[in-house]
Amino acid sequence: MSPPATTSQTVGPFFKIGLSPLYRTELASAEIPGERITIQGRVLDGQGHAIPDAVLEIWQADAEGNYSQSLDFDKELGGSSFFGFGRIPTDAQGSFRFSTVKPGSVPGTDGNKQAPHILVSLFMRGLLIRLVTRIYFLNDPANEKDFALQLVEPARRSTLMAIPINGNPSLLEWNVILQGEQETVFFDF
Amino acid sequence: MEPLLPVRSIVSGTQPLHLHPPYVTSKHRSPAKPLIRLPQTISELTGPTFPRDIVKPGSFDLTRQRSGEPLGQRIVVSGRVMDEGDRPVPHTLIELWQANAAGRYLHERDQHDAPLDPNFTGFGQVLTDSEGRYTFVTIRPGEYPWRNHYNAWRPAHIHFSLFGPAFATRLVTQMYFPGDPLLAHDPIFNCVDDENARNRLISIFDWNCTIPEQALGYRFDIVLRGRDSSPFENRS
Repeated sequence: MSPPATTSQTVGPFFKIGLSPLYRTELASAEIPGERITIQGRVLDGQGHAIPDAVLEIWQADAEGNYSQSLDFDKELGGSSFFGFGRIPTDAQGSFRFSTVKPGSVPGTDGNKQAPHILVSLFMRGLLIRLVTRIYFLNDPANEKDFALQLVEPARRSTLMAIPINGNPSLLEWNVILQGEQETVFFDF
Repeated sequence: MEPLLPVRSIVSGTQPLHLHPPYVTSKHRSPAKPLIRLPQTISELTGPTFPRDIVKPGSFDLTRQRSGEPLGQRIVVSGRVMDEGDRPVPHTLIELWQANAAGRYLHERDQHDAPLDPNFTGFGQVLTDSEGRYTFVTIRPGEYPWRNHYNAWRPAHIHFSLFGPAFATRLVTQMYFPGDPLLAHDPIFNCVDDENARNRLISIFDWNCTIPEQALGYRFDIVLRGRDSSPFENRS
């Protein structure tokens, strides 16, 4: 039997050299079906300072609730099939922004569907191992029965919600706060 | 498509916590509240699998990206990517980045007073083969100072980023070199209690991938999270 998984180490401050070739902020080309959304926000540390050197990775299902696991190794990326992977660095103000389609519901652990959600990995200098969280959609009726949200104390669930900006349902705000009162909920699995 | 089976839990002491006070930046960048343990679902057990054409031919060789050869000692870094159930991880993307031989990164925020090398970008990419094997050709990176504490120096290292088959198997790590005197003093290398786990971050000098009169070889095997192997697995 193999030893346990290799120990994680920080991406450090210079990850752009290795990770920027796969930066991907537009996840859905024009022919991909689904409701267009843009999610934007900031990443802030425990002192409220913007984090200008973080990178977010996105993993999500398409509008029908299917993950692209079956992508053919010999096929090209893009085209009519939705890939579901995004990689977005923060800018000097700690801001990030990406555009995609709203994911459909996917199966959960208990026979019920999960509410629509987007998985996020967060990497930065100072993090020896990534942080993992989820983006949900405010007021989605499926949220009430989502098993993962039920594991979160009600007062903290709002940290996982993407919220329409000025009532615009296709432009959403979602922030990451690493520490403190409004600390984002992070998961482990 | 493989059945979706949960990956093993993390073995205590083999993965860092988010807060590791000797690594000073972690103090303001780690969550203060406990993580919420989540059962693994299809969301965590699927992940991006990159097609063959994502990697440009030649991206495995960091010594041939520009018109001339980079300065420094040419090395081969080779190894195998396996999962915790002892299965090879085929066709998975590895992204690599590193400092040049003088200990300087090609990055606008690197202020270290050491020369850039016009023939070295420090970027590499490769897909593992059908048996999980990979090879890079590069130069040995230099050590460099950082401001974590007085007279702090990072041991020579190469950054590795891997995906594996699922969101749950994503790994970013660093490879070190055998015998580096700075390892004992580095809070990033020393972030876990398990000595065996730490030592597996150190590559092994390897005659098998050393090329005569060309390059010294270092072996760096990587293990991704995975299912336990089961004696019944291949009988169906």
